[in-house]
Amino acid sequence: MEKLVKTEEVVKRPPLIPLQNKRNGKPKSRKWLQPQENIPHRLYIGISISSIVLLFAVWSLLTYSGMVDPLFLPTPTEIIHSGVILFTEFGFINDISITIYRVLAGFTIAVIIGLPLGILMGTFKVVEAFFEPVISSIRYMPASAFIPLFILWIGVGELEKITIIFVGTFFSLVLMTAVEVANVRRELLEAAYTLGRSNFGVLRSVILPASIPGIMEIIRLILGWAWSYIIVAELVASSSGIGSLILESQRMLKTGNIIFGILTIGVLGLLSDLILKVSIRKMFPWHYGR
Amino acid sequence: MKAMMNAKVEIDNVTKIYSGNKKNSQVLALDTTSLKIMPNEFITILGPSGCGKSTLLRVVGGLEEQTTGHVYLDGEEVFGPSSNRGMVFQAYSLFPWLTVEENIEFGLKNNGMTAAQRKEVVHTYIELVRLNGFEKHYPKQLSGGMQQRVAIARALANDPEILLLDEPFGALDNQTRTLMQELLLEIWEKSNKTILFITHDVEESIFLANRVIVMTSRPGRIKADIPIDLEHPRPYNIKVSPRFLEYKEQLTELIREESLKAMMEVK
Repeated sequence: MEKLVKTEEVVKRPPLIPLQNKRNGKPKSRKWLQPQENIPHRLYIGISISSIVLLFAVWSLLTYSGMVDPLFLPTPTEIIHSGVILFTEFGFINDISITIYRVLAGFTIAVIIGLPLGILMGTFKVVEAFFEPVISSIRYMPASAFIPLFILWIGVGELEKITIIFVGTFFSLVLMTAVEVANVRRELLEAAYTLGRSNFGVLRSVILPASIPGIMEIIRLILGWAWSYIIVAELVASSSGIGSLILESQRMLKTGNIIFGILTIGVLGLLSDLILKVSIRKMFPWHYGR
Repeated sequence: MKAMMNAKVEIDNVTKIYSGNKKNSQVLALDTTSLKIMPNEFITILGPSGCGKSTLLRVVGGLEEQTTGHVYLDGEEVFGPSSNRGMVFQAYSLFPWLTVEENIEFGLKNNGMTAAQRKEVVHTYIELVRLNGFEKHYPKQLSGGMQQRVAIARALANDPEILLLDEPFGALDNQTRTLMQELLLEIWEKSNKTILFITHDVEESIFLANRVIVMTSRPGRIKADIPIDLEHPRPYNIKVSPRFLEYKEQLTELIREESLKAMMEVK
């Protein structure tokens, strides 16, 4: 009987829940500075937008008020104005397309040669042993430093620009692909062998499908680099393309054009990245989906 | 070398030495081991971790080459992996880009079946491991126990001569593991496959097997070969029957000595 009474006493104790509620109910601000803690989605979006708004506000304040010489930094409206003029009077669209063409041509060649080579290097140690030393050492030589050499060798035509993109992307693409391919789980290969696959069959039906999502991510990353290489290539000895427009605008002190050119490159890079990102997610639901 | 009494698999004086990069850094993982596996036998190999039991299984599967000795399947020596020795790994061996049914179909693609025949086989094995309704799921969407059921179905679908399982339930929680043991036993009772099963769990080794092979700690050697005389079908509650507990006591004693030795050796 005594025991029963005791349990009742325990039950009669004030419930713990209100206390806990109080603690949980404290303003979320407390959690803002907690390492790695998530914050509400809306708050996150809000803060993100505010950073962009702040940047524009500072820019507008500096320029519209006349605090900064428009030669150094034009107002937002002036830049939009230069953009419109570039498109309507100077055929800026041609510059954009020639730049896109050079990037895609150079990068496509790099992918066509580099991908198979990287896959073979990641799969077969003999191939790796042969190519790795050379490719690894060239990888750290900056592509932009090769520009004078290429001009000497092949002139200042389209081929030179495409070659720079190729050199800037090829070596990293090969090595990163090789690492990705070499990291395919060994169990998957062994499972395939015990299911009757040959060496070549394993390459085709296990190594390739297992590594393709990772390879596509590598392509996405390296295509981003190609956009900066092309500008360097066009800044040196070029009469067309966004890079050459930026250089010419500097000579004529058209700061608005320079900034508009830079923004255009940024948008192009962002767009290509976004297109690849979305299509990769669509293509490999098994890799990302739940 | 002719196998007596038509052993399904004969392991004949197999040793395995791993040689490291440095000189004199050789490790004897598997000391001279011989074992005959009869048709339809369910053999479990019980040993402390790192005793070379997985090495033995991988040698039989052809995934690892023995340093000396031979492995025979139906009297013929085997070299390298092949679909006549199906393998189930501890975890994560499913092809993540293939659905459940495509995973099971994987091995069927190189033995000349029509698409319709393959589909029928896949369906049979999906039923066998009770995964109806999950045909179109990707491995990521399945629990650990379900993934291992797919792995078993995938290995069985190829109709191998022997099924090799390398601690297939080791990564599962206790409840799931028990259910998986029952399922595997049921499959064995139905199909009469020859099975070689690696485990470090005493209870698991008794519950599944009709012979338990106990291995010594490194270097691995066969220490005891104990026939398990328990009825079939085995209900799950056989695990508390007196005979089962006797086996358990005997094997626990055997494996304990080895585990102790292994523990001391690490240092």
